Amino acid sequence: MSEPISEPSSESRPRSVWLRFMPLVVALVIGGFLLVGLGLRPKEIPSVMIGKAVPVFDLPALPGRPKGLKTADLKGQVSLVNVFASWCVSCRAEHPLFMKLKGEGIVPVHGLNYKDEGPAAIEWLRRYGDPYDRVGADLKGRVGIDWGVYGVPETFLINTEGRIVCKHIGPVMEADLRDKLLPAIKALRQGDTAQC
Amino acid sequence: MLMALLRRLVFAFCLASLITPAWAVAVDTPLADPVLEARARAIHKQLRCLVCQNQSIEDSNAGLARDLRILVRDRIAAGDSDKAAIGYIVERYGDWVLLQPPMKGRTVLLWLGPLLFLLLAMGLIFLWYRRRSGSTAAAVAAAPLSADEQARLKALLDDREQT
Repeated sequence: MSEPISEPSSESRPRSVWLRFMPLVVALVIGGFLLVGLGLRPKEIPSVMIGKAVPVFDLPALPGRPKGLKTADLKGQVSLVNVFASWCVSCRAEHPLFMKLKGEGIVPVHGLNYKDEGPAAIEWLRRYGDPYDRVGADLKGRVGIDWGVYGVPETFLINTEGRIVCKHIGPVMEADLRDKLLPAIKALRQGDTAQC
Repeated sequence: MLMALLRRLVFAFCLASLITPAWAVAVDTPLADPVLEARARAIHKQLRCLVCQNQSIEDSNAGLARDLRILVRDRIAAGDSDKAAIGYIVERYGDWVLLQPPMKGRTVLLWLGPLLFLLLAMGLIFLWYRRRSGSTAAAVAAAPLSADEQARLKALLDDREQT
């Protein structure tokens, strides 16, 4: 006693057409999210320091090198503050670029020597060149925390009022300088606001 | 032979996995006052490590996580309330460091999102059920049994009553 049970035809159930495309719709939605996710950089944590005055700090100079770094030094001119350390590998990647900035006198670059040892930092600067105007030695990394530093290298752009305009995470590459930092520095010098 | 080697490897792996978690706290000097230390530790668990992004600073081996643990201990020892100590870190690193993001304008969707999706799903299931029960009822009403089917049904039922 087995009789074929006839399925209701698809015409009687128009929603099944819609249902048939559900897998495609779901795949497209998930794919869309994944595509956007590819372009995100979760390692780059947005800084809350942007727009704020630089933290209050006063760091001593490296041994045998004049000029430490303190809050008041960052007022009066547009400058870069580069967080570096002799133990930091990618700092060497960006180093030639800072040497070039110094050589061409484009913008003063100050160094925040993060959790380093004085002699090691001095040796590093002797070997690869010293692009910095002032360098503050942050032996314990407390000032770095005040700046919201969470990795080395990081580079901050400071305006004439001593406020942080933007922060670059990771080594500064030629393209970052050309497309982000230099246009922003130019705008700041003309008295415009800038962001990068 | 091979099995014995494998078993030994698995055993070694298990031993190794038992050892690792101890690294995180071994290097820290706790506060002398156990009450203050407990408060500091509770705060450590709420703060997200910036280097190992899905760990708390309590769990992370990263140098910065250790610095932040010490910083929190210093704040607590200096007399900060829990809220002030957490605020001190948030001021520098933003809400990002909080493992439990605060409820505010920008995060309303984050907090209410799951509820919205639940309501949406419940609504869709409700609609689907209503439509389905509606359509089966309609199908039954639209196709009453033919005389032939009636007769077969009757025969079946009679047959069953007799046995």
